Amino acid sequence: MAAETALTRTPPAQADEAHAGGRVRRNGPLTPYLFLLPYFVVFATFVLAPAVYGLWISLHDWDYLLPGKPFVGLDNYQALFDSSSAVYSFFWESMSATGIFTLLSVPLLLVVPLMLALLLNRKFKGRTIFRAIYFAPYVLGVAVIGVLWRFLLDPNLGVVNAILGAVGLPGDTPWTTALPWGWVTLVGVTVWWTLGFNAVIYLAGLQDIPRELYEAARIDGGGKWAEFRHVTLPGLRPVLLFVTVNTILVSANMFGQSYLITQGAPGTETRTAIMYIAQVGLSDYKMGSAAAMSYLLTAALLLISLLVFRLFREKDS
Amino acid sequence: MRRAKPIAWYTVLIGLSLIFVAPLVWMLLTTFKSPGEATRVPPTVFPEEPTTGAFDTLLGNSQTPVLRWFLNSVLAATGQAVLVLTIASMAAYALARLDFRGKRLIFGMIIGTLFIPSFVLIIPNFLIVDRFGMLDTLWALIIPGAAGAFGVFFLRQFFLSLPRELEEAAVLEGANSWQIFTRVVLPLSKPALATLAVISFLTNWNDFIWPIYVLFSPEQFTLPPGLAILQGAYTINYPVIMAGALVASVPVLLLFVVAQRYVIEGVSRSGLKG
Repeated sequence: MAAETALTRTPPAQADEAHAGGRVRRNGPLTPYLFLLPYFVVFATFVLAPAVYGLWISLHDWDYLLPGKPFVGLDNYQALFDSSSAVYSFFWESMSATGIFTLLSVPLLLVVPLMLALLLNRKFKGRTIFRAIYFAPYVLGVAVIGVLWRFLLDPNLGVVNAILGAVGLPGDTPWTTALPWGWVTLVGVTVWWTLGFNAVIYLAGLQDIPRELYEAARIDGGGKWAEFRHVTLPGLRPVLLFVTVNTILVSANMFGQSYLITQGAPGTETRTAIMYIAQVGLSDYKMGSAAAMSYLLTAALLLISLLVFRLFREKDS
Repeated sequence: MRRAKPIAWYTVLIGLSLIFVAPLVWMLLTTFKSPGEATRVPPTVFPEEPTTGAFDTLLGNSQTPVLRWFLNSVLAATGQAVLVLTIASMAAYALARLDFRGKRLIFGMIIGTLFIPSFVLIIPNFLIVDRFGMLDTLWALIIPGAAGAFGVFFLRQFFLSLPRELEEAAVLEGANSWQIFTRVVLPLSKPALATLAVISFLTNWNDFIWPIYVLFSPEQFTLPPGLAILQGAYTINYPVIMAGALVASVPVLLLFVVAQRYVIEGVSRSGLKG
């Protein structure tokens, strides 16, 4: 490894060099940079550069298949707000699909895992086994989850409708082909799949709440609900903030579920923003327009995240 | 915490477990059914005439080289985990234990990118990967994803928590930074490294959107895009699709069973300190 040869060249005199700012300095001036170099090269190439490159692309009429990529300024962005443009209605339909999905799934993914975490936070035998079972779907990828649930929810042949029919409920629900069922499916599958992730984070947060607080609350004679409101919730605040922001971001990134389960059905109504961006940029190769869409979505997400941060801070005071 | 009433308690817990486990069991059972039996109404739970036909079909079709996909998945996920551990641990060591000019700026930059949504990078990265000639190769799956900030952040936090005394003893014995890093810091960090390795492997193994756009030839596919192909090719021959899904699930489920502690640790760390 290149770094190794360079590092072993560090003269011993420098290793013994006197204290710098009260700490023993044991490295040559270049050593830290050599340690950073391999990561930084990859980081600069595939994170920093593309973040800027994408902005550049979004300012051009960038068609991968054509030689010329003329500069068009903000035209790609303008087209997204111009109702006569070719992309306008599809783009906003996909944005609203992402919005609907996020609005429906985030509350469930905040509340249900919290209930589960409270359930698992008690002392009982086999707690880790149950935690693992509830978490297990999360280790499977969206591709597995997608094809599995498309099978289970197949309107004609799937076992879910068969079971519902057998117990006397309607057994012909078009889970994957019509609305609003498509949303129920996408949200339901996502909650089933990722609930364990948030539950594990909540659980770690719950275990950080000092037990004395609960004892104090009990002495004050509060009921379970008071205990939850005055001890558990405030104790979880930083965790709740993370879970809220993270869940919003993950939901806004939804792609695979829709791609595999509903395939945008019934028409293009359940095609999410990421799905549409990927299609415009990577299937139709209109990368300038797709890049502009991705930055607009990013701006929206940034705004929403800031709002959530504000909301949590105001509650603090 | 209070002790719960056992019987009611376990009924609730086991009932809930069924919701999480039953779909996976159904996937397993389906792989041993014939296409007709898998879609029979009302359905059979256990295969009436168990058959490995689905696996024969899957393995026998050269259009869907599932073993090749499996191998590609193993190579990509392992390759990326090794790369992440190497470069992230070195960077994290510098950021946690060495003093240098620009340290805060570099760390701030790395952390700042945690807030860039991954989809923003997909289109420019497609072009960058294309320029390096990595499209339709496993390199596209191994290298770009190794640049994530989580590994560096996670290991830095761990390195900061290590006692300084051991390093100082090594310095007195004349060790240089590289020796301290490889002989003192890394051996002490095995649990953190294991956590990162497992998380990195799982993430790469399950990645879907990136491989479906940067890989074109079926023999270059990993399992997730392979599953999308299977779903398209076999539409209602569900045993074959489920067999493919099973092949993609078993390794990660096994890894989870073996390394549960590390997975859960990684997840709860990402939430509390990320």
